[in-house]
Amino acid sequence: MQLSFNKGGGETLAQLRTGDRAYLHRLDLPEEMSQRLMELGFLPGTIVVAAGSAPGGDPRIFRVDGSDIALRRDTASRLYISAQPLSEAELL
Amino acid sequence: MSDSGSCHGAAPQTVNRKAGHYIALVGPPNAGKSTLFNRLTGLRQKVANFPGVTVEYHVGRVRDESGRDLFVVDLPGIYSMTPRSEDEKVTHDVLVGANLSLGKPDAIILILDSTNLQRHLVLAAPVLALGMPTLVVLNMADDLAARGGSVDPAALAKEIGAPVALISASTGEGVERVTHFLRGTGARPIAPAPKFVFPILQTLPARRRWAGRVGLQAGYTAPAPPEWTRRLDRVFLDAVAGPLIFLIVVLGVFQGIFTGAQPMMDGVEHLINWSGGLLGSYLPEGVFRSLLVEGVWGGVGSVVVFLPQILLLFLFIGILEDSGYLARAAVIADRTMARVGLQGKAFIPLLSAYACAVPAIMATRTIEDKRDRLATVLIAPFMTCSARLPIYTLLIAAFVPNTPLLGQFLGLQAAVLLGLYVLGFIAAVGTALLLRSSVLRHAKTMFVMELPPYRRPSVQTLLLRLMDRAVIFLQRAGTVILLVSVGLWILAHLPYENGKPPAIEQSIAGQIGRAVEPVILPLGFNWKIGIGLITSLAAREVIVGTLGTIYGIENAEKDSPPLIESLRKDLTPGGAYALMIFFAFAMQCFSTVAIVRRELGSWAWPTVQFAYMGFLAYFGALLTNQVWIAFR
Repeated sequence: MQLSFNKGGGETLAQLRTGDRAYLHRLDLPEEMSQRLMELGFLPGTIVVAAGSAPGGDPRIFRVDGSDIALRRDTASRLYISAQPLSEAELL
Repeated sequence: MSDSGSCHGAAPQTVNRKAGHYIALVGPPNAGKSTLFNRLTGLRQKVANFPGVTVEYHVGRVRDESGRDLFVVDLPGIYSMTPRSEDEKVTHDVLVGANLSLGKPDAIILILDSTNLQRHLVLAAPVLALGMPTLVVLNMADDLAARGGSVDPAALAKEIGAPVALISASTGEGVERVTHFLRGTGARPIAPAPKFVFPILQTLPARRRWAGRVGLQAGYTAPAPPEWTRRLDRVFLDAVAGPLIFLIVVLGVFQGIFTGAQPMMDGVEHLINWSGGLLGSYLPEGVFRSLLVEGVWGGVGSVVVFLPQILLLFLFIGILEDSGYLARAAVIADRTMARVGLQGKAFIPLLSAYACAVPAIMATRTIEDKRDRLATVLIAPFMTCSARLPIYTLLIAAFVPNTPLLGQFLGLQAAVLLGLYVLGFIAAVGTALLLRSSVLRHAKTMFVMELPPYRRPSVQTLLLRLMDRAVIFLQRAGTVILLVSVGLWILAHLPYENGKPPAIEQSIAGQIGRAVEPVILPLGFNWKIGIGLITSLAAREVIVGTLGTIYGIENAEKDSPPLIESLRKDLTPGGAYALMIFFAFAMQCFSTVAIVRRELGSWAWPTVQFAYMGFLAYFGALLTNQVWIAFR
């Protein structure tokens, strides 16, 4: 399946440096993949911390909702972040 | 056991269920499900398979006060009630009653990790909404307390309308509350808490918000971060130390299997020879003694010798998995695996395939992506499984001189063995690349791996798992290999002439061997090897037993020389190397064919796989022997 790149979404998790944190804004992935990530805690509005990476920098490890999850860089680059918490409207 | 008529009213229907009352044990991965299951049932458990799919499950017995048996079924871990992998589908089907062989469970034990309660409670919403009697078990109480977290189980129970038990499955603390719940299930119908209507929450964000709110109401204080895990990860995932430790672990496992298992294997071999000899000396000379000593003891014994090695490999993999290191290893391996079109999760099945392809292929179920899983299943049998070791070891001992290569560290014999391992690995990687550039071509898949905190593996869980493996292995030795050995012995003793068995060459087995000889002669194999190739279609290690039987019968009058001596007379070095190459590639294992067929649901893939591996084996062996002849 071809993934559509949504331009103008701004920064993604892939750009977060180790130790940085941000609010997850939006998952730009096919339904099935985003559902799996949401089950693991990657819900819009959640704080995600870049916790490190495998040797070589890929996959990266993110700390979200109490657990450490490894994701490939190309998956992380589909998860858009923002510095501010989401508004009520965005959460719904 | 079928007298479950005491159930009525609001209780789920249980009448006439053959298995009696049964309780489903469910929870997310890494919540400690197996540890609790082993605590509850101990040795009163067995491995079973769901019909149709080969998802293994454990079922254990717990006896209630009235002496009635309750069954606890340990289901594969799930993250949600929307099944995405084979594993999750099994759990889902059992819980909603779509599994016809088991039927709906009488009650559910939902086990959650109390150190990550709010995220795990997300799963509680859809499970509790099923409306079945459910005990919510909050596990890892010791860890929660040690890291300064807390929760009020009574308050939580009030919030969710189901009993809650805070326990630690690894220390046993609070487990009696689970047992108490189980007994209640058996003795009388326990209705779901009356009048508590559980809200149906459609979306994940809604469930997460609900979980957060419920957690707050239950006075949940999240524990401090697992400092030790973070410290260890800084080392194990370090840019330099990480890969180094990874290599040391993998090499250490191999070294341990070979050197560590040797004394035990020698001991088992000694025991088999001694008992065989003892048996022979008590029995009168004749057909029966020959069948028992040459057929059964010789055939089955040559296989049972490998039990220690297989158990040791499973022990190592069990320790790595339960401690949490294997998840890190998968993350480290992911980049390399991605280059050949696989993913990090395939590392775990492929590592287990060094022990045996059958559990390895079952372990691929955790790979969500169908094509990734298919590729992993298709290449797993190339990994050098322990069943190849008997023939490798035998041929190497007979034909390879132990010339030192690197002083004391590496001899030629070890180098050849290592080379065979590398060869299998290269064949696996090459096949993966081939699949990826042809039938399984597709965009990159997702790799997601949760890294659980490091934990001390439970000795009980490890031992019970080893026992499972030992039972499965011995069952195979006692059925398939026993049948093949006895069948071969009979075929090697027929047709009778003048009341005496024929010379082995004239027997039915010998005739079959000579019939295939023209095909395998260019490979350097004679008709005796031919018989071995045919019998070892059942399982690779059978060829050693077969050759033992054939040479044993052939030399019955004389003092039979060891197998090694007989082989040296019968094979050229070219043929011996060709035989090793043949076994490196060929899919000589009926169990693997059967498991691939069941896992992938059709005969097409195992047929292609068998033909492909056989093709590689035949031409690889042909090339080896012809090169040897040319350069001799």
